[in-house]
Amino acid sequence: MKFTAQSILRNGTGWLLPALIILAWEIAARTELISPNVMAAPSAVVEAFWRLLLSGELVRNIGVSTARALSGFVIGGSIGLIFGLANGLSGLSRNLTDTTLQMVRNIPHLALIPLVILWFGIDEEAKLFLVALGVFFPIYVNTLLGIQSVDPQLVEMGRVYGMSRTTLFFRVILPGALPAIFVGLRYALGIMWLTLIVAETIAASSGLGYMAMQAREFLLIDVVVLSILIYALLGKLADSFARLLERLTLQWHPAFQTA
Amino acid sequence: MSVIALDQQTKPARPVKETAEARALRETPPGHWFPYAAPKPRDHDNRDIAFSFRGVSRKFGDKTVLDNIDLDVPAGQFIAVIGKSGCGKSTLLRLLTGLDKPTSGTLTVNKGIEGENRTRIMFQEPRLLPWARIARNVEVGLTGIAKGTEAREKSLAILNDVGLADRAEEWPSVLSGGQRQRVALARALVAHPYILALDEPLGALDALTRIEMQHLLESIWQQQAFTAVLVTHDVAEAVALADRVIVIDQGRIALDLDIPLERPRRHGSPELARLEGKILDTLFGDQE
Repeated sequence: MKFTAQSILRNGTGWLLPALIILAWEIAARTELISPNVMAAPSAVVEAFWRLLLSGELVRNIGVSTARALSGFVIGGSIGLIFGLANGLSGLSRNLTDTTLQMVRNIPHLALIPLVILWFGIDEEAKLFLVALGVFFPIYVNTLLGIQSVDPQLVEMGRVYGMSRTTLFFRVILPGALPAIFVGLRYALGIMWLTLIVAETIAASSGLGYMAMQAREFLLIDVVVLSILIYALLGKLADSFARLLERLTLQWHPAFQTA
Repeated sequence: MSVIALDQQTKPARPVKETAEARALRETPPGHWFPYAAPKPRDHDNRDIAFSFRGVSRKFGDKTVLDNIDLDVPAGQFIAVIGKSGCGKSTLLRLLTGLDKPTSGTLTVNKGIEGENRTRIMFQEPRLLPWARIARNVEVGLTGIAKGTEAREKSLAILNDVGLADRAEEWPSVLSGGQRQRVALARALVAHPYILALDEPLGALDALTRIEMQHLLESIWQQQAFTAVLVTHDVAEAVALADRVIVIDQGRIALDLDIPLERPRRHGSPELARLEGKILDTLFGDQE
């Protein structure tokens, strides 16, 4: 990617509105238009950020949360990818498992929290389980959809040209399914953070959600707001990473050829 | 030459050494490609059979699409197959390329000197892989035949012949319809097929691009001396390109006509018009 004046301007416009909102918020807080018990001023949030950064608490909690999010994502995502590929390629596998998976998919995974606490307590397993379960379905559904929507004419062409099953998979089917898999990936990243926030808020002894809940107990509203903002930033970071991957692997796609 | 029935495909062991083709390609300067497929003299008395249908029928349920077809096509011939929509001409091609099996009858396809199945099909749509660059798309035609540098050299050589050498590193999405179809032609030809089946490959092109493609197809066919089977519903295209025109009607061969005209043929010459009229009479004779 090139950072020309034009591209900075184009990317910069997206940040204009958040900057204005923060400015208005600060003014409202300073003039006590918003009571400090309701909302902390941005400057207070920055102070809280600095305080927690110096104490090391912030870095530790972000680290714990990120590790949970990523390991849950890797576990759930790989299982989802494997099932998606298997069910997309094999009718037998699809007949065997798809109905079951579609039934389970319709249970909101957060509804399992009480059960999960009974099973795992408030240990790491509980969070991993919930994140993995939440991430599994968007990856599974979109991988399956991606494989099923690969142009059958291209598959026929590959067969006529004598491609083996492996070659056909890597040269035709997987690249054809990749755009859909990326949609699933981005969706899953969103669900990953959402699940983690809920799980950490309800049952945890460390992590960002726990930090926010502790702050609520002591009425530290600036820390609560800070936690929420960090979640937003982490979510954005994950999404940008997915988009970068998308750009790198989908160069052929007309939608990515404008840059 | 070996004549092997389609249903008993045996895989010959391929020696790992530089082929005569590859050597000739390496020793020939660009611009003079096609050294290894020098036109065979078209000996009209003693030609090998490229493929033959013997009492071939194909039924889909109760519907008979091809009914007891007998057809011998000599090697190197350019044959055009004409018929109305749904007459079975595409089924004929699918049988020839092994995409489909006959319900009854036998079909023998000569697999060429190498003993490999070098029957290629060019579809109505280009069917390029959108995620592969042009040269890589052409290399698909060399699947199981050549790899790496050798494949790249061959694909660049054939791209040169279809006039797209400078587009080798582009994505298919930036090419025009005619250019994509030329890439598809290059992909079909890169392995030097013994038989090239063309399933209305020019049908979706505009009139000017189509004429350009017809000239390209004719000149490459003359250079490479493969057997061409062109399925089309454009009678003018058939008589302009083919040595022989087959008209299929209701699953049977209704007309088998030689076009003994010199090449290059001029569009709109009286002989072409006369033959065209004869074919159209066969197609619509019962209605006029």
